[in-house]
Amino acid sequence: MSPNGYLMLSALLFAMGGFGLLKRRNPLVMLMCVELMLNAVNLTFVTFSRMLNDITGQVIVFFVLTVAAAEVVVGLAIIVAIARRRSGATADDISLLRG
Amino acid sequence: MALSVALIPLLPLTGFVILLLFGKQLGEPWAGWLATAMVAASFLVACGVFIGLLDQHENVFVHDYFEWIPAGSFRVDVGALVDPMSISMVLFITGIGSLIHLYAIGYMHGDPKFPKFFLYLNLFVFSMLILVLGNNLLLTFLGWEGVGTCSYFLISFWFDDPANASAGKKAFITNRVGDWGFMVAMFVAFFTFGTLNYEAILADPSGVSQTAVTVIVLMLFVGAVGKSAQIPLYIWLPDAMAGPTPVSALIHAATMVTAGVYLMCRINPLIGAADSWVPWVIAWVGAITALVAASIACSQMDIKKVLAFSTVSQLGYMFLAVGVGAYWVAIFHMVTHAFFKALLFLDSGSVIHGMHDEQDMRRMGALKRFMPITAITMMVGWLAIAGIPPLSGFWSKDEILGKAFEAGGQGYALYAIGTVAALMTAYYMTRLIFRTFYGGENWRVTPVPEHGQTMAAAFAAMEPEARDAARDAVPDLDLAFTPEPAHGHIDAEYEPHESVWQMTVPLIVLSVLAITGGFLSLPFEGLNFFEKWLEPVFERSGVHEGEHSMALVVILLVVGAAVAVAGVLFGYSVWGKKNPSTQRALEPAAAGNGWYYDIVITRFMGGPGELLFNALAWFDRTIIDGAVNGVGVGLVAASQVMRRGQTGYVRRYALGIGFGTLVLLGFVLSKVLVS
Repeated sequence: MSPNGYLMLSALLFAMGGFGLLKRRNPLVMLMCVELMLNAVNLTFVTFSRMLNDITGQVIVFFVLTVAAAEVVVGLAIIVAIARRRSGATADDISLLRG
Repeated sequence: MALSVALIPLLPLTGFVILLLFGKQLGEPWAGWLATAMVAASFLVACGVFIGLLDQHENVFVHDYFEWIPAGSFRVDVGALVDPMSISMVLFITGIGSLIHLYAIGYMHGDPKFPKFFLYLNLFVFSMLILVLGNNLLLTFLGWEGVGTCSYFLISFWFDDPANASAGKKAFITNRVGDWGFMVAMFVAFFTFGTLNYEAILADPSGVSQTAVTVIVLMLFVGAVGKSAQIPLYIWLPDAMAGPTPVSALIHAATMVTAGVYLMCRINPLIGAADSWVPWVIAWVGAITALVAASIACSQMDIKKVLAFSTVSQLGYMFLAVGVGAYWVAIFHMVTHAFFKALLFLDSGSVIHGMHDEQDMRRMGALKRFMPITAITMMVGWLAIAGIPPLSGFWSKDEILGKAFEAGGQGYALYAIGTVAALMTAYYMTRLIFRTFYGGENWRVTPVPEHGQTMAAAFAAMEPEARDAARDAVPDLDLAFTPEPAHGHIDAEYEPHESVWQMTVPLIVLSVLAITGGFLSLPFEGLNFFEKWLEPVFERSGVHEGEHSMALVVILLVVGAAVAVAGVLFGYSVWGKKNPSTQRALEPAAAGNGWYYDIVITRFMGGPGELLFNALAWFDRTIIDGAVNGVGVGLVAASQVMRRGQTGYVRRYALGIGFGTLVLLGFVLSKVLVS
């Protein structure tokens, strides 16, 4: 089994996520892009796990999923809090830390 | 023992704290009684410690109470060093201190700041006890600064008058010059010995470089010169007369000025280990100070100024003794001087009190009739300081001159200078006595100066007939020496009065001490108790007692007595009888103005000195402050540029993180690929 296909898909997904994160200004979409990047990495882990016949990679995937879930909870909570104060805000509107 | 030693300084400190908190409520006279009781109790405890010390090994008691400054290899403990020298100092500080406290209750009667005065007095005594009892240089320095601060408070106690306030400042600033020397000495001592503890420093100074020891001794001598008012830093002491008279007595007799002599005696092994010229420097400074100050005292008009210059002169004798290696004699003279100088100052205070704040001797005279106790006790002090046998001053002063003579070489010159100064001492004290207690009632004929007016100006403004009468009574009314504004305001009808018992009792006690103090140590084998008592303290000083023949001792004693009698007789012939032309001739303006030393210093500091200090201030403001502020300004400017990067956009930060990751990745990959 050649891992190249999986790895290329993973790289593609990661690039899409990264590009979306930088390009889009909707906080919800940005959060989804982060998820996309995380899952691209998960795909890589699983690919290498299968290829090297080592279960450790798949164990790490579960850790990543857990962290991702926690991150989504925090992220969504922040987005909801922002949306309550000012509806339709983009990520660029929230720039209070500008020097 | 440890507890009672701690109690000695703690009792005056307790008095200070109580007066600080409840002084106003206690009021007059209870604040004074409390302060007096505290110092008297301290004296009693010191007596107990003295008796306890006799049982101690080698009569020395050392105890560390607690760790004060632990900082790496630098470690200072609060500890006491009680040896024959320090207990002798403690006994006369607390003993004479309590007499002065008692006296002050009478003297300060009616003063609105009565409790505050005793608060300062107690703190003063506490600082002096710390200075004497401390077992390391830093603790001594703490007391050293303490007496300096208290003297500032007390000299400018009546600070409503700008002259008093500036006298306090003058004392403080002049003392700082000496303090600088003390601090440098401590730095060098720590650098050389690694500790500031007396025991460690004084144990064996032969093991370290002689240059370092010389520097330490010289710098401590600079400190002692400042504190003990020697040339060239003596100018503050005569001005310290601005304070209330009990303070003058405390500063001059029991505390403060004796600190420098004590310090020099304490470090005697170091003086012995320093270069051989160092002791001679100390001796010459002392001898010249003794002579110059005595010459100035001969033509002062202010009764307290005569005594002030007399103190400077007597301290010069003590340094002369230190310089020729006769440390125990320096302490001996310090003790006898404490007796008779405290007596003389308190007497002059009694005179000033009875004359309603008049200090100019030209307005006194015939006071023996009005205040007999003051007159008789002051005459005891006069004969004691003049060196008439068998009073205390005779034994201690002639012991110093004898030691200078025995030192040989330069010692003969020092002996000659000291003898001339002794002659002057006998003369100016005779002048003081006869001007004050004998002759006519001069305040009835002399003019009353307005506030801030000199006697000469008041005299010039008199009616011609009255002026002739005044000139007949007092020939030197037209003399006006540098700032000598009038204090008193009594007129022709004034009747002087004797002082209250709180003031006369200390006078009587002190006059008994001034008579008998010399018997502490007579220069004959078997009668030299004080010498034997102090001997162990100075056995490491490297000075060995030469063989002195009994004949030489007796000859020197006879010469000393003859000089004293000659001075007194000469003084009597000039001031006891009417002798206007000689009287005027013996009061040259140069001596009256202190050989213009004070004026020259003032001019220099006001002229080139001020320019120099302005330049220093400019350097401080522009260069030093500029460098400090420049760092801040530079940081602000740099961050103005840096803050541009802080946009607040999440995507920019994400981009930054991405780039950073790529760079790190590239770095790691390049490492891997190369290897």
